Amino acid sequence: MDTTPQNNTPQTTAPQTTAPAEPQRSAHYHHSTDLPTQLPPRGPDMRPLWPPKVDILMTVLFAVAVFTMPIWLQPFGAAYPDLMQRFAIFGIFAIGFNILFGLTGYLSFGHAAFLGVGSYAAVWSFKLLSLNIVPAILLSIGIAGLFALAIGYVSLRRSGIYFAILTLAFAQMCYNLAYSVLTPITNGETGLRVLRDDPRVLDALVTGTSEVAVPRASFFGIEMSGMTGFWTCAVCLLIAFYIALRITRSPFGMMLRGIKSNQTRMNYIGFNTRPYTLVAFVVSGMYAGLAGALLAVVDPLAGAERMQWTASGEVVLMTILGGAGTLLGPFLGAVLIKYFENIFSALSDSTLFQAFSFLPDTAREVVVTIVSPFVGEGWHLTLGVLFMLVVIFLPGGLTEGFRRIARALRGGSGKKESSQ
Amino acid sequence: MDTFKRPSRRGFLRGTALAGATLATPTFFTRGAWAQEKFCNAPQGANVVLGFNVPQTGPYADEGADELRAYQLAVKHLNGEGDGGMMNTLKPSSLTGKGILGKKVTFVTGDTQTKSDAARASARRMIEKDGAIMFSGGSSSGVAIAQQSLAQEIGVVFMCGLTHSNDTTGKDKRRYGFRHFFNAYMSGEALGPVLADVLGTDRRAYHLTADYTWGWTQEESIKNATEALGWETAQTVRTPLGAGDFSQYLTPVLNSGADVLILNHYGNDMVNSLTQAVQFGMRDKQVNGKQFEVVVPLYSELMAEGAGEAVKGIFGTSNWDWKLTDPGSQAFAKSFGQEYGRPPSQAAHTCYVQTLLYANACEVAGTFYPPEVIKALEGFEFDGMGNGPTLYRADDHQCFKDVLVVRGNMDPSSQFDLLEVYKVVPRDQVTYDASIFGGELGPYEVAGCAA
Repeated sequence: MDTTPQNNTPQTTAPQTTAPAEPQRSAHYHHSTDLPTQLPPRGPDMRPLWPPKVDILMTVLFAVAVFTMPIWLQPFGAAYPDLMQRFAIFGIFAIGFNILFGLTGYLSFGHAAFLGVGSYAAVWSFKLLSLNIVPAILLSIGIAGLFALAIGYVSLRRSGIYFAILTLAFAQMCYNLAYSVLTPITNGETGLRVLRDDPRVLDALVTGTSEVAVPRASFFGIEMSGMTGFWTCAVCLLIAFYIALRITRSPFGMMLRGIKSNQTRMNYIGFNTRPYTLVAFVVSGMYAGLAGALLAVVDPLAGAERMQWTASGEVVLMTILGGAGTLLGPFLGAVLIKYFENIFSALSDSTLFQAFSFLPDTAREVVVTIVSPFVGEGWHLTLGVLFMLVVIFLPGGLTEGFRRIARALRGGSGKKESSQ
Repeated sequence: MDTFKRPSRRGFLRGTALAGATLATPTFFTRGAWAQEKFCNAPQGANVVLGFNVPQTGPYADEGADELRAYQLAVKHLNGEGDGGMMNTLKPSSLTGKGILGKKVTFVTGDTQTKSDAARASARRMIEKDGAIMFSGGSSSGVAIAQQSLAQEIGVVFMCGLTHSNDTTGKDKRRYGFRHFFNAYMSGEALGPVLADVLGTDRRAYHLTADYTWGWTQEESIKNATEALGWETAQTVRTPLGAGDFSQYLTPVLNSGADVLILNHYGNDMVNSLTQAVQFGMRDKQVNGKQFEVVVPLYSELMAEGAGEAVKGIFGTSNWDWKLTDPGSQAFAKSFGQEYGRPPSQAAHTCYVQTLLYANACEVAGTFYPPEVIKALEGFEFDGMGNGPTLYRADDHQCFKDVLVVRGNMDPSSQFDLLEVYKVVPRDQVTYDASIFGGELGPYEVAGCAA
């Protein structure tokens, strides 16, 4: 896992740290080193559409890292299906959020709304259409996209803090509606569940009956429980990652980064930036919808809590912690935060005593007393400290940290080479 | 090199799809990993793991903390440590004091945050990572119902802690879920006659209701019970869970012409709404020529502690009280008091009892295999757990036992002596036909928990 960012971050993160003073520059954009207005004209003699080798390498390494998670997460105590599913799902959520925040710089504080909408759509699809995950996922992405279009159309009339507040307001509105007024649709606090005797129209057409003993989502007969659920999420994550990669590398992605570096300049040059930001908003909303659908796929229940502002804030944390604007950063951030939430929060004093059993008794008491506020219920504290450290010392997120390490290593070996 | 031939977009898409399909192949290796006799989390080695999933944060955190104390005590007693508590009074008992089926009991805990999502995530961690053979916990019916559904899907027994909604063993009942606590219907049946007796039969009631499954069913049950006695219902108003400030809901009450306020709230919500109602001087008012009264249908010691002076003289119902004088209650209150220096709440009681009952069912069944354990619990008739003779009804997995009508103590002798038992309503009066709430339990055998 660690090797991936080291190998590739110079390509992916350089633009963010140097912007806005210096325009984006990466290996295969030699023709367009200056302004987004000088996008390469399309023609047979221009850069190939086939992605550059480094991108393919990154995708493959990413795929290997994701699909071997059950092995390399073992020593961390995180190699169980529920948590790995969460890694993949929130990875998708953060990668999608990064398309908006990382590329255009628009900070949305309401993305959890799309996650929730996606979940509800998926569960309703399980209830009304079929237990198959394909219609559920398509429906979720579509409906989340529509929601994003409506909310984005209004919110994107403002930028900066006003945009953030608008999205936050919309998300809280969705949450409160789901929690109380829309109880017939959302089942309020209990959460929307799939029941045995729901009218599954498509299933009824195919099999003759919609009744099942235990309702579980499936992919043409393969039930989505345990590891199967994880493989499904992992495949979705990979597809989502690759699409994000292509978007970032495309002229459209350049345009979005142009908006981030200086929107006014873009406007003066004669670009109408709003359609671009709106598309970015809708795409990231659809990513959130996909994540929401997958949450419902692996556990067919949709609760209103996943739309709350804390959930929206969490994805912002994930993206910043991992490195906004980078491709792998958001996924790293998602893994880290979900790991803290699920593993760190479950540590208790007795596990600490076991962990420090090599120390003499009094020393152990002292160490445990110091450490214990940071684990268990205090996991937020640890996360907060980590977040502060990252923001202060590594503004580019964890990926910047990896890049610095890589540079230090390469710097060391580079000197040797030059002296030879 | 200049004439690099780029693949067509279509060819590229095809390649991507192929790659995706190849990557998906590992899924085929994990199917059917569990044979019939190898059930979910079958205990290996000398230990067996129980999962205790309680609210450690949120409006029901006080209850959760007390439940956790009770679980820890139950584990101690099951392993033969301490004085044994109600292990000694349960009849008939197959418990040995040497763990469950000879395996030492260990446990893991989780925080439900009083949120369905978080509760299920935490429960799945306990099941998938820690290998819990049973999980338990409570304090919100919405969360209990969500976890009960999970139990059925994944094939691990869920012993409900404190949950009072009719739906838990009504329309949302599950084969893998069991409830020892009483429900809103029983509260209505027990409380109705007492209210008619004390407050008269020509009252107008105003309901403030927590807006989720428990609040809805309690409002319905109390409304039905009181209207059957001749009361009128002025209005029913839903309030969000964890609202904190209820003044906006309380101000219209006195203008509505109602002379009784029924608070379908629990936990911190009840503490806040009751305290505010008293601060507004409602209990000193005269409406329709009668004294204005407040009723809290579901009461607990922890809430009484929180509300302090405000609870004096207020009626409600309770599942159990530590001041009961039967041997079971005495043994439990003593053992809990020695351990933690305070008397147990009803939430602690029901969680402790549930843990013991599960352990006992395993001993009776002679296996941890869930369908057999479930069959051992279904229709189990027992005594000595503080509620008199009790039946675990097979039709809906609901326990039937006496219900207590309690009143806020006018003259408490200590900080824990806040409620007095006004009347013990016998089990026959609160028993109902299982079919009135509908629902279906579902199958015994579920191919749930995968690798």
